[in-house]
Amino acid sequence: MDNFEPLIAVFSCHYCSYAAADLAGSSRIQYPPNIRIIKVPCTGRVSVNHILMALEDGSDGVYVAGCLKGTCHFIRGNYKAEKRVQYVKDLLSEINIEPERVQMYFMSAAEGTKFANVALEMTEAIKKIGHSPLNKSRS
Amino acid sequence: MIVGERKPMEELLGMIEDFERILVLGCKGCVTVCCAGGPKEVKTLSTLIRMDRKQKGRKVITIEASTELQCEPESIRPILEKMANQYDVVLSMACGAGVQTVAKLFPDKLVLPALNTNFTGIAEEHGVWTEACLACGDCVLGRTAGICPVTLCAKGLLNGPCGGASEGKCEVSKDQPCAWQEIYHALKRLNRLHYLKQKPQVKDWPVHPGRVVREDLREVETT
Repeated sequence: MDNFEPLIAVFSCHYCSYAAADLAGSSRIQYPPNIRIIKVPCTGRVSVNHILMALEDGSDGVYVAGCLKGTCHFIRGNYKAEKRVQYVKDLLSEINIEPERVQMYFMSAAEGTKFANVALEMTEAIKKIGHSPLNKSRS
Repeated sequence: MIVGERKPMEELLGMIEDFERILVLGCKGCVTVCCAGGPKEVKTLSTLIRMDRKQKGRKVITIEASTELQCEPESIRPILEKMANQYDVVLSMACGAGVQTVAKLFPDKLVLPALNTNFTGIAEEHGVWTEACLACGDCVLGRTAGICPVTLCAKGLLNGPCGGASEGKCEVSKDQPCAWQEIYHALKRLNRLHYLKQKPQVKDWPVHPGRVVREDLREVETT
């Protein structure tokens, strides 16, 4: 378990967190290499099935990173994503998978440091929870 | 539309416990509109079933399909016949009528309901549905300004409010408006208050199970 390096899928909004990741990169801010970013036009596009598919296909954790509340380019996309994330958490609880494996974060395009901190926070959290029960075989 | 809700996963997983090849069958009709049993929900449920079995280290094959209308034999037959050898059980995400249609058409296959069928209702907003029609078989909406006393009055009264209504609310719940007060205001707005003075008709309550026959539409026998 000590060497466990989780695989985390990130659904990242084009208008904020993706730009924040870019900023983190160009500012040479280090963040764990455990995350795999999937760019979406808005977090409102992320459906319940997208998150479940990521978990089923091998992610130990998933988080959705959208714009700060009140700043969504499409007005309500991040609020919708937040509700869907909560719905997925409830679904996971129903089949005895830790709901903490799925999280929602909000950040602006100017927050490269926050992007890196969130990546670190999520990686540490998933390391504590351990392997996903769906891919015990992966080291 | 018919409104349903997915059964709790614990109940569903218990029902399919003995089976390895499961056809999760959605319906693109009412239950798609109420986000309970359409193609999206079929995918969600199938994924959850696979995830549960994977955790338990047990095999499962889920087949995902959706019919146009599961209460119509024509829309089910081609899908189920084509895949007849590929599944052991049908987990239907349609309303009760859909489940029973599959059961009737394929008597050799076990059909399990994935939804609880709640009522015939209206979408108040996306994510909120309320009951609107009890399918009583003798519609009175023409005399009640389009507000159904059979469904919306807790007692189903047909000739005005009971003594329990207070300040426009039903005695059953402070959140529930008195249907007859609403009918009164709607008729007043439409200048049709005299409808209330009409003698209430004796209601022709249906005998269950209901059956509607239209001879003009039935298959013609030529022999």
